[in-house]
Amino acid sequence: MTFLTADSMTGGYGAADILHDCTIGVDKGEIAVIVGPNGAGKSTAMKAVFGMLTLRKGRVTLDGRDITALTPQDRVAQGMAFVPQTNNVFPSMSVEENLEMGAFLRRDDITRTMEQVYDLFPILRDKRRQNAGELSGGQRQQVAVGRALMTEPKLLMLDEPTAGVSPIVMDELFDRIIEVARTGISILMVEQNARQALEIADKGYVLVQGRNAYTDTGAALLADPEVRRTFLGG
Amino acid sequence: MEFLNAIVALANFVLIPATSYGAQLALGALGVTMIYGILRFSNFAHGDTMALGTAFAILITWGLQGMGVSLGPLPTALLALPVAIGLTGLVMLATDRAVYRFYRRKKVVPVILVIVSMGVMFVMNGITRFLIGVDEIRFSDGARFLINAREFKQSTGLDEGLALRTTQVLTVVTAVAVVALLFWFLNHTRTGKSMRAFSDNEDLALLSGINPERVVMYAWLIAGALATTAGVLYGLDKSFKAFTYFQLLLPIFASAIVGGLGNPVGAIAGGFLIAYSEVAVTYAFKKVVSYLVPEAWEPSGLMQLLSTDYKFAVSFTILIIVLLFKPTGLFKGKAV
Amino acid sequence: MRNIALFAVIGLLIVAEGFTGSWNTALGILNMGLISAILALGVNMQWGYAGLFNVGVVGFVALGGLAPVLISTPPTEGAMAAGGWRILLALIVGVASIGLAIAINRRAAGKMRVLGILAVLIGGFFLYRAIFDPAVEAVEAINPARAGNIGGLDLPVLLSWPIGGVFAAAAAWVIGKTALGLRSDYLAIATLGIGEIIVAIMKNEDWLARGVKNVINIPRPVPYEVDLQADPGFVERAAGLGMDPVTASTIFVKILYGCLFLAVLLILIWLTEKALNSPWGRMMRAIRDNEVAAEAMGKDVTLRHLQVFILGSAVCGMAGAMIVTLDSQLTPGTYHPLRFTFLIWVMVIVGGSGNNWGAVLGGMLIWYLWVKVEPWGQAVMDLVTSGLADGSALKAHLQASTAHMRLMTMGLVLLLVLRFAPRGLIPEK
Repeated sequence: MTFLTADSMTGGYGAADILHDCTIGVDKGEIAVIVGPNGAGKSTAMKAVFGMLTLRKGRVTLDGRDITALTPQDRVAQGMAFVPQTNNVFPSMSVEENLEMGAFLRRDDITRTMEQVYDLFPILRDKRRQNAGELSGGQRQQVAVGRALMTEPKLLMLDEPTAGVSPIVMDELFDRIIEVARTGISILMVEQNARQALEIADKGYVLVQGRNAYTDTGAALLADPEVRRTFLGG
Repeated sequence: MEFLNAIVALANFVLIPATSYGAQLALGALGVTMIYGILRFSNFAHGDTMALGTAFAILITWGLQGMGVSLGPLPTALLALPVAIGLTGLVMLATDRAVYRFYRRKKVVPVILVIVSMGVMFVMNGITRFLIGVDEIRFSDGARFLINAREFKQSTGLDEGLALRTTQVLTVVTAVAVVALLFWFLNHTRTGKSMRAFSDNEDLALLSGINPERVVMYAWLIAGALATTAGVLYGLDKSFKAFTYFQLLLPIFASAIVGGLGNPVGAIAGGFLIAYSEVAVTYAFKKVVSYLVPEAWEPSGLMQLLSTDYKFAVSFTILIIVLLFKPTGLFKGKAV
Repeated sequence: MRNIALFAVIGLLIVAEGFTGSWNTALGILNMGLISAILALGVNMQWGYAGLFNVGVVGFVALGGLAPVLISTPPTEGAMAAGGWRILLALIVGVASIGLAIAINRRAAGKMRVLGILAVLIGGFFLYRAIFDPAVEAVEAINPARAGNIGGLDLPVLLSWPIGGVFAAAAAWVIGKTALGLRSDYLAIATLGIGEIIVAIMKNEDWLARGVKNVINIPRPVPYEVDLQADPGFVERAAGLGMDPVTASTIFVKILYGCLFLAVLLILIWLTEKALNSPWGRMMRAIRDNEVAAEAMGKDVTLRHLQVFILGSAVCGMAGAMIVTLDSQLTPGTYHPLRFTFLIWVMVIVGGSGNNWGAVLGGMLIWYLWVKVEPWGQAVMDLVTSGLADGSALKAHLQASTAHMRLMTMGLVLLLVLRFAPRGLIPEK
């Protein structure tokens, strides 16, 4: 059963369309990755799924519900979580306060969720009282993901989570993402590091100029000679 | 003996007044810094907000005094303060709804909001003058001195008297209480933390589901409360004159900027720095120096760095120095 | 078309004032309106061309007002000898020490730099005071009731108008070098401060401007009314027009002033319009509209801003000199920021920021409104309180407060225009 579907998305930020008939889908507990060359509209596609731009055509459904008309805040309430690429923490607030803010919409006790996040990212437990702005890049990304997980979302969306981090940190982050998916949360990820991302992907979408170019499982895309030649450097 | 006299003179003419003034500036600067952090513009109407809030307090105080209510040794205005805060809060919300919200929705550049706040300043000034006139008003009652200069001299045998006015002590105590309350609110309540988050990273705050209109509402209410308190304390300590509060804009903004715009701790530090500098630079140190040096060396001049007419030149100079060398302020606020 | 109609409205308002009030008051409003237009033009240069929010206009106006005193009043006997030269020396010492401190800041490094700057500034300050204070005392001791200041150079008063501009330009250079390049909020606060400081200097340094004692009998470029009234030829021609000599002389003098002011205004408009439509002007507006792009193209934004800031302030300074000439006296106590800075901003915004003709229109219109709000407000208040009993406290309070309604009305006008007609009456092209 497809948990998230975004059908035939067409639209952009202003007069010009960036997305043309773009379709994305994620199953429950699945990791779906969007890759493609620069300017392909990957981030735009994800922002469209999250409701940050108005679609001229197309539909987005989550768990059967049509959410095309909902604002991003409302989609958060429906179970979506979004981790932006930059400016994704509250730098002058502590790690713990960042997590608290992530759970802002929840009125129940959040201690259990917070413990789960600390289990997932143990280093955050050590630095819980430190200001998020003082952490290293990789640790900040963990705070950003942790913040998003505090609403106990059903779909976690990540915009280039490994941008600007070292390869070791990138591997660690991907490991964590796999762990998150194992708990049943669906993951939709835009990535620049196509090869490594497709390695952990259940489903991959290659976008070119706002359109779907190739859609298949991660492994299949990695094996496809066309894809490898065009996007993965052979 | 002479040394003690010097200390007492210094305390009486510099330390005590500067501490009291510093607390008033700190409260004013906190209001300005809060609006800047949340709404991202320098509110030029803040001085006249203080005046309006104080005007409300004065009217209520007169009413209470007319009814025979008093607070013993403390000024009756303290009873009026909560009501005045409430009224000012309503005015702030009304102003936001009628004036500022439109520009917020349009996402104009900050300088437009500053110009708009200039218009609001005019109107508030007019309303204040309409309510209470332009004359100087003294509305403090109750015991005037906690420590009387004459009694001090008699009991200690010193030449120099120390006078500690009730309003001065009141200012410091109230300021401490207000600041403690504010920091508790900002650091330990859900709403307060959401305001800090909003100030820190607006987009992420919106993504987290924080309601921007509620944050703005709280910001105006808190700024109004701070302005009213600062204005009433200043008016009790010195006197109330509608025009004076406009002149306080410069030291208040200097305090907020020196401390780092958007940073509450910075606003307090800046307030005291400006206050102490202003008082120290314009104080005639002749008396204190005379106590400390042998008679032959006694200074003939006043030993005053700047005349008191230029006291805001001090805050201005400090402001310019900070803007030139460290525009984000002492405590890293929002940058240039 | 529409713009001409707007100006015609102003003309009609003035004429109406002449008939319902008196020609004297009408011409008075016109003259001050012309000067206000010049002030608005200066501020509009800074805001409209470069987006600079200058909240210290009052300081530049005051500084310009100093020019007629220092240029065209006669020197006080013995003032220069008693202390005038020493004051000049002290000021040079002060400026030199600041200059030296800046030089040290650039050349030296580390601890030596901080120590050097502190030593120079502190030493320079005390040296300055040592020379300055006794010199000032000496000057102010000379005939304090009628003089007590250093006087002026006794040159023609019309010369003081551009010199007023130069004074203001110098101050603008100093404040611009320090505060431009910062966020617009910060520039606003910095200019607010400098304005207050300049006015404070005028009010307190008696040796310069006599402070609260004011400087009177400043020479004027037009004849004195009493001289005209004593001139038989003038009286005859006045009688021929059916006017008594007193009224005729006052009106004639006002008309002469009006012609002078109009001439200055027209020259300035011509200059500013040429500048606006020149390559320089287009570059300024390009910078204003997209500073980042302009900088990327290699334009030195801060330098351009400084140029505009200085030019706009110079215009304000010149207007300040003109005001003092019109009044024939310098009254430091009248330099209120509300009256000079903020009122002019209302003029610029209402008239149309970015448009020179808009600024002129705004200047004249708002000045007219400013003068008329008081009597109109009084009339309205009379109407409102006509139902109340005479002698009631409320009535007295309401009546007394109409005087304060001027500022509030201006504020309301500003807010309404910003909200509903933000581009002003004559928008930028």
